[in-house]
Amino acid sequence: MSSALFAVLRRDLLLALRQRGDVVNVLIFFVVVVTMVPLGVGPELNVLRTIGAGTVWVAALLASIVSLARLFAQDHADGALEQMLLSGQPPSIIVVGKVLAHWLVTGAPITLAAIPIAVMFDLHFEPGCTLIAALALGTPALSLIGAVGAALTLGLRGGGVLVTLLVLPLTVPILIFGASAVDATAGGLSPAPNLLLLAGLSLGSAALAPWAIATALRISLE
Amino acid sequence: MLAGIDLACTRGERSLFSGLQLALGPGQCLHVAGNNGAGKTSLLRILAGLLAPTQGRIEWQGADIARTREEYGADLAFVGHLNGIKDDLDALENVRFEAALRGLDASADAAFAALERVGLADHADVLVRHLSQGQKRRVALARLCGPAPAPLWILDEPFNALDAGAVGMLYGLIDRQLAAGGMVVLTAHQSVQLPAGARRLELAPPPAGDASDAPTDEALAEDQA
Repeated sequence: MSSALFAVLRRDLLLALRQRGDVVNVLIFFVVVVTMVPLGVGPELNVLRTIGAGTVWVAALLASIVSLARLFAQDHADGALEQMLLSGQPPSIIVVGKVLAHWLVTGAPITLAAIPIAVMFDLHFEPGCTLIAALALGTPALSLIGAVGAALTLGLRGGGVLVTLLVLPLTVPILIFGASAVDATAGGLSPAPNLLLLAGLSLGSAALAPWAIATALRISLE
Repeated sequence: MLAGIDLACTRGERSLFSGLQLALGPGQCLHVAGNNGAGKTSLLRILAGLLAPTQGRIEWQGADIARTREEYGADLAFVGHLNGIKDDLDALENVRFEAALRGLDASADAAFAALERVGLADHADVLVRHLSQGQKRRVALARLCGPAPAPLWILDEPFNALDAGAVGMLYGLIDRQLAAGGMVVLTAHQSVQLPAGARRLELAPPPAGDASDAPTDEALAEDQA
């Protein structure tokens, strides 16, 4: 069973390596969106410090959703998805492998890219570290919840817009706790409650989402 | 033993077939025939468990496949309209991935032997996107050539895009599968020469106009192909 998970993970990472452009584009998208905000708001440091965490989180959300399109669509189009569902392995295991690969090529690089971006928004050391920790804990939930939306809209016309409408409202708690964690640190409070809630959201979605994704995929194939 | 019990399929507003019974035992081959739109692909997808029948059920070894999806999947090799292989992996990587996913022997040697059998040994390290249609089809057919072939094969138009040599190779594979007590369900447009004893299931063209519950039992005409 776990060998199936690693087989899928290995395959998707290999494919991401061969289609490097797609992965890099998502990262560039994230950096560009974040960079636009200071250009629009102006170089006032106090303002930047206040909006920094929220901006990074919104950009991470958008980048995650932009990348969702390629999560199942290619496998659906070339028939690899039906082969995987007929492989005799539990679909939820296969789905975990795919989502894990998706997080490794989007969530993880976004978390790393946030380090220079925290400096750009003049976040000090501690709020900056909190932002990175919050992203590391929260982005897995983004990938998992997003994958449910991607599976539900698979093969639909205009699926891209629909997936945004479906997924964005569901990610509001992640956005709120993620930004609050940084605000708390900046205000001299402990970020622990917010970080724990983020971890809880990720674990909760890890428990429920694979099952929902697998069911949605089965329906999409009919 | 594969059994379809009282199968019906409705796509959109149209009833493709209803009241369809079929049974397939070890060493038997079922050739599903019919005009375009008669429901051949739908029937094969239903048999594979990818599509839920509007009515009826499929049993594999006496158990309803809707309840034993994973066990059924492990016993099934499906080649659909889509090859189900990745353009950005080479032929060998595709074959090895499928074996690894199914928990079979995923060594390079086993995968290479399968590719050799479908005649792609010298293209094993070529990205699939650089292969021709027929060669891609061969990569998909390599899933029938593993060291432990699945007992049930469901092949949707497996002869499409294949050249004469590959068609002969596929005949050989099917013969070997039947001789080993396996089962094969396939569709084919061309008048293919199936092994003696292959049964033919003719899907009647869908009734024109109102799709009433026209019994299509006569569709189960069996004759020696």
